[in-house]
Amino acid sequence: MSDGLHLSLTQDSPIPLAAQIHCAPGEVLALVGPSGSGKSTLLRSIAGLYRPKSGQIRCAGEVWFDSARGINMPTAARRVGMVFQNFALFPHLSALDNIAEAMLDYPKAERQERARSWLDRVHLAGLDKRLPRQLSGGQQQRVAVARALAREPKVLLLDEPFSAVDRSTRESLYHELAELRQVLNMPVILVTHDLDEATLLADRMSILNVGKTLQTASPDQLLAAPKSAEVAKLMGMRNVFTGTVVRHEPSHSVIAWGEHKLRVRLHADFEAGTEIFWAMPTAGVLLMPSRSRESETLDNEIPVRIVTMLALGEQYRVTLQVGADRVTMNVPRHIAQRYALAEDQQLSVRLRGETVHLMPIEA
Amino acid sequence: MDWSALKLSLELSFWTMLILLPVGIFLGRHLAWTQFRSKSVVEALLTLPLVLPPTVLGFYLLVAMGARSPIGQAYESVFGQQLSFSFAGLLVASLIFNLPFAIQPMQRAFEAIPQEVREAARCCGLSPWRILGRIELPLAWPGILSALVLTFAHTLGEFGVVLMVGGSIPGETRTIAISIYDRVQAFDNQAAATMSAVLLIISLAAISLSYFATSRLGKRHEHV
Repeated sequence: MSDGLHLSLTQDSPIPLAAQIHCAPGEVLALVGPSGSGKSTLLRSIAGLYRPKSGQIRCAGEVWFDSARGINMPTAARRVGMVFQNFALFPHLSALDNIAEAMLDYPKAERQERARSWLDRVHLAGLDKRLPRQLSGGQQQRVAVARALAREPKVLLLDEPFSAVDRSTRESLYHELAELRQVLNMPVILVTHDLDEATLLADRMSILNVGKTLQTASPDQLLAAPKSAEVAKLMGMRNVFTGTVVRHEPSHSVIAWGEHKLRVRLHADFEAGTEIFWAMPTAGVLLMPSRSRESETLDNEIPVRIVTMLALGEQYRVTLQVGADRVTMNVPRHIAQRYALAEDQQLSVRLRGETVHLMPIEA
Repeated sequence: MDWSALKLSLELSFWTMLILLPVGIFLGRHLAWTQFRSKSVVEALLTLPLVLPPTVLGFYLLVAMGARSPIGQAYESVFGQQLSFSFAGLLVASLIFNLPFAIQPMQRAFEAIPQEVREAARCCGLSPWRILGRIELPLAWPGILSALVLTFAHTLGEFGVVLMVGGSIPGETRTIAISIYDRVQAFDNQAAATMSAVLLIISLAAISLSYFATSRLGKRHEHV
């Protein structure tokens, strides 16, 4: 169990925390949650910039923090590489010196040489004499990454590292980080509030709310099987509703949703009659009429009325009224045009029962 | 022209500046980055010499350092001479009335260093002393320089407190500002004019340097 980073922290105030995370070497773990969910506090705790009340932090076999034994290793001794939200470069030092400053373990003569090779690795060769303010946002971010890695850290901490650069720069930085992580053999913790970013870059995501780690799993697993309605909503799922379990068939379950009965993926663990939350990705709502017979699939045909159509880039986000609830689906622009979709239109859609996930209603 | 008074004034200014340099860095840095309950009280007390009439401040200092006060007696028993009406006493008074001039610009300079930058330095593995020498002081130096210049110029021109605490003992406590006053009292306007001009030039140079340093500080902290 000495591999990677283990964290387990609890405290009630000033910031409530109840967090457990583990990140293996070479793995990218994203901490995702709304602002104020405590994700930055966790990161700062790992770096030793924040001292939580109780718990343990271990990394690469070393105990960095243990409240029970009174251990709190100072930041400078922890060997963390941290990329800050606004990069936090030393404004009076050149790009090269910014990186060299993180390599005090090496003799002075060697530092410059090594720093230069780091600049090459982040594609900034030739910019070594520039001051941070003479670099673009993306270039500053690369210097910050190089400085963090030059420390030869035991864990790499990324605190919203893409929020201070524009969209196109962000895209290319994503690629570079994805490339870079092939060669990184330390745990990487990425704090972000951007779900797409987390899905793109992370192997696993830990969903946080009010300082609590609610669920940790791969992005696919989280979307397919969120543990609770809270996780589903934090994962950005729009289609979360309440219903009642009616019965279980050998191949599927049946739930009641308002006046409709839906055939859904088998969830035998809920007894018939139980009130539940159910969630479905927007991709679970289909517009096209079914060609296969209903009995062969878990498709559920439902009459709906279009409430709003929101143009988002190449697709429309369409809101549908079903009884008292509103279902969201995404429709590509050309499909919406072919079907001449319009607000207030009545139509039938199919809800794909195999994408429906049931969750308990907590007491 | 009273050269010994000018020399005394320059010496007083120099020592005041030199002693307040570490004091200002320590206190300014501490006030900039730490929150404590009585912070506003401490800040108010440190600013007090700025608004108090010099004669009032001088009076209290004189009482505190006088031959009958505990401080005055303790000093006399150790050094065998009086604290008030001596250069040492003048220096103590000068240190106290210059506190706001030294601390405030330094505090502002340290406040301008983003917390993230200091944290990044810790994450890079820098020791506290290296962070101070390599990151904090280079970033704060225009503010520190500005504080030193203000202190120097202010000491050079201080009149009220110096007169109250030091009197006008030639070579011991008679500074150039006092000397100018004495010359005017003696209807020697020629000497007073020369010395006033010297003081004006030194002060002007000092303030220009201070403004130059402050504008450099502003530029340094511009982001992107």
